[in-house]
Amino acid sequence: MNRKPALPVHQVIIKPKTGWQLIDWKEIKEYKDLIYFLILRDVKSIYKQTVLGFSWAILRPFLKMIVFSVIFGRIAKIPSDGIPYPLFSYAGLVAWEYFANSLKRSSGSLITGSGIFTKVYFPRLILPIVPCIASLVDFVIALSIVFIMMFIYGYVLSWTILYIPILVLLMLITASGLGMWLSALAIQYRDVPYGVEFLVQLLMYAAPVIFPVSWLPESLKLYLGIYPMYGVIEGFRSAILHQTPMPWDLIGIGAISAIIILFAGAYYFKKKERIFADVA
Amino acid sequence: MKDNSIKISNISKRYRIGVKEEIHDSLIGKIASFAMSPFNNFRRVQKLSKFKGLNGGEDIIWALKDISLNIKSGEIVGIIGKNGAGKSTLLKILSRIVEPTGGSAIINGRVASLLEIGTGFHKELSGRENIYLNGTILGMKTDEINNKFDEIVEFSEIGKFIDTPVKRYSSGMYVRLAFAVAAHLEPEILIVDEVLAVGDAAFQKKCLGKMSETAQAGRTVLFVSHNMHTIQNLCNRVILLEEGKVIMDGKTHKVVSNYLKPIQENNIEGESSLRNWPGSRKSPGKIRATYLRTLDKNGKTCSTFNIHDSITLELDIENISKNGFVVSFLINDNQGTLVYQVRSQDSPIDTVHVPTSTTVQMTISELKVIEKQYTVDVWVGNHFDKMEDFVESAIAFDVINVGHSKLGLRSIVHETGKWKIK
Repeated sequence: MNRKPALPVHQVIIKPKTGWQLIDWKEIKEYKDLIYFLILRDVKSIYKQTVLGFSWAILRPFLKMIVFSVIFGRIAKIPSDGIPYPLFSYAGLVAWEYFANSLKRSSGSLITGSGIFTKVYFPRLILPIVPCIASLVDFVIALSIVFIMMFIYGYVLSWTILYIPILVLLMLITASGLGMWLSALAIQYRDVPYGVEFLVQLLMYAAPVIFPVSWLPESLKLYLGIYPMYGVIEGFRSAILHQTPMPWDLIGIGAISAIIILFAGAYYFKKKERIFADVA
Repeated sequence: MKDNSIKISNISKRYRIGVKEEIHDSLIGKIASFAMSPFNNFRRVQKLSKFKGLNGGEDIIWALKDISLNIKSGEIVGIIGKNGAGKSTLLKILSRIVEPTGGSAIINGRVASLLEIGTGFHKELSGRENIYLNGTILGMKTDEINNKFDEIVEFSEIGKFIDTPVKRYSSGMYVRLAFAVAAHLEPEILIVDEVLAVGDAAFQKKCLGKMSETAQAGRTVLFVSHNMHTIQNLCNRVILLEEGKVIMDGKTHKVVSNYLKPIQENNIEGESSLRNWPGSRKSPGKIRATYLRTLDKNGKTCSTFNIHDSITLELDIENISKNGFVVSFLINDNQGTLVYQVRSQDSPIDTVHVPTSTTVQMTISELKVIEKQYTVDVWVGNHFDKMEDFVESAIAFDVINVGHSKLGLRSIVHETGKWKIK
């Protein structure tokens, strides 16, 4: 007879899946150590063997800001709600760069991670989420420059910057939702990463990065809010520079569509999950 | 009384292998197929995950078909079989990497699978960081790694390079570090694919030792290997797979000897008929190897040689090409290391003006290899050096060591050297 006290047995049943469950939070929690080290790996490895290191997190939006200020601010004379155009565009770009980086890295996450998930089991949903969290480091670094620019242009900080985490969460949800969907597509159809390059460009011009929402007709405003980056970027500027009131209507609509995007993405990912290792 | 650790019922897995592409000869055909290629590509990629009906096409293979097994906790089970028999697919299903097409399995206990070593290693990160990364990927918790960290570093023999990026490591160091992490896994069920095939012999031994320790601690181990020696050392039960089905399941020596029988039957005491070869063979063409013998210095067939004996390989060849041919013998040790490659091109022999059935002899005057079992691959090419026939493990012979000290002997080649004191 077995004399050992009965241990709580960890039982797994393997069979072809028929039903579906969106996100198994309990299981993901069990793998929190893995999530932590995957994030750490992403953060530590991204600027390895570069001369400028994490300065790139600042340089990328900063250089874009210079180009945009010349082309859109000086030449095209796009209005900026009375904010100096460099500050206006940099504030938008900091948020945008976070979203764009997360989306690009998240949608490629299954392809880059295929060496791992074809050899070991863990909840695959971790893969598209990790880059969205790792990109936060770049975001925070780039954000610090906004405060320096504000000081130079004579803007004062207000308590409204406390809204920033809400906006970041909205971007995280949107980017990981889209990332789940695109990464699940990309592992089978390798055209997707090429398409995403273009999509991200397009999405930037569609978002109020280079122009203010007030530049667009009022009647369109709420429809545009369906694209969560409208509320996020406009809200971001208002939280930092408080020139315009917080666009809660846009943020509210954006939040609803972000959550729909997340669930739709997770659903598609879960549905496709079982074939990842077969098509990778 | 022991519980079932793994209970597999009727597991099947089908795969779609690549569909052959149509090739057009005409320019118009080529242009048309280029224009249509996005559509065709889409269909092809889409088909990777779609199976119409049960036998949805000719390009479907069943990697596993109706596998049912019960594995009790604490058992150490070896899985053997030829390439493509479904061994790795079975391990992948049990590791939850791929989903079975049909059937189910119940696993009681935490599983760690080692289908590869160094999974998730990042070249830019240091050894220390990779131990944590790889450890958590394999299912260890951070505290567990903290506790075992010094042990892992010591086992890996990496020492002061622990904070160097692993891309600066030699390949040996890389493998040792990866192994060290893997060797310290302590799951209830361990699934191991042929990962011991890498690394130097001394380190392999160390890992095997560590693994049998794990096994003796009452864990269930599933182990795939081509190395019968390792299987016999580690396992108390062996499962033989062939074309996705369980052919035999039982005591190690029984199953292993049954598996080796077809090869050994053709291979009695230094003789091996290659006419109806049951093992691995590639594209027999117009020139083929038909019979192979290993001879001792007196020209008698023999399968055991002393460390400094001479050995003669005698090969019968049928050549209907009316041209010359070339022969290579590849002698491998039991870990698959190529020890000798001897080529007829390097010697002035006339293979043109000979009858259709010819016998070729090659002699190594002094073997100089340490005691192990060695296998010989036979490669036959035409006068353009193109392969006509290739028989893997066509014959085996043992090298024994009589009259030389075994103490501290580690190299494969045993060179006595000419020594003197000046």
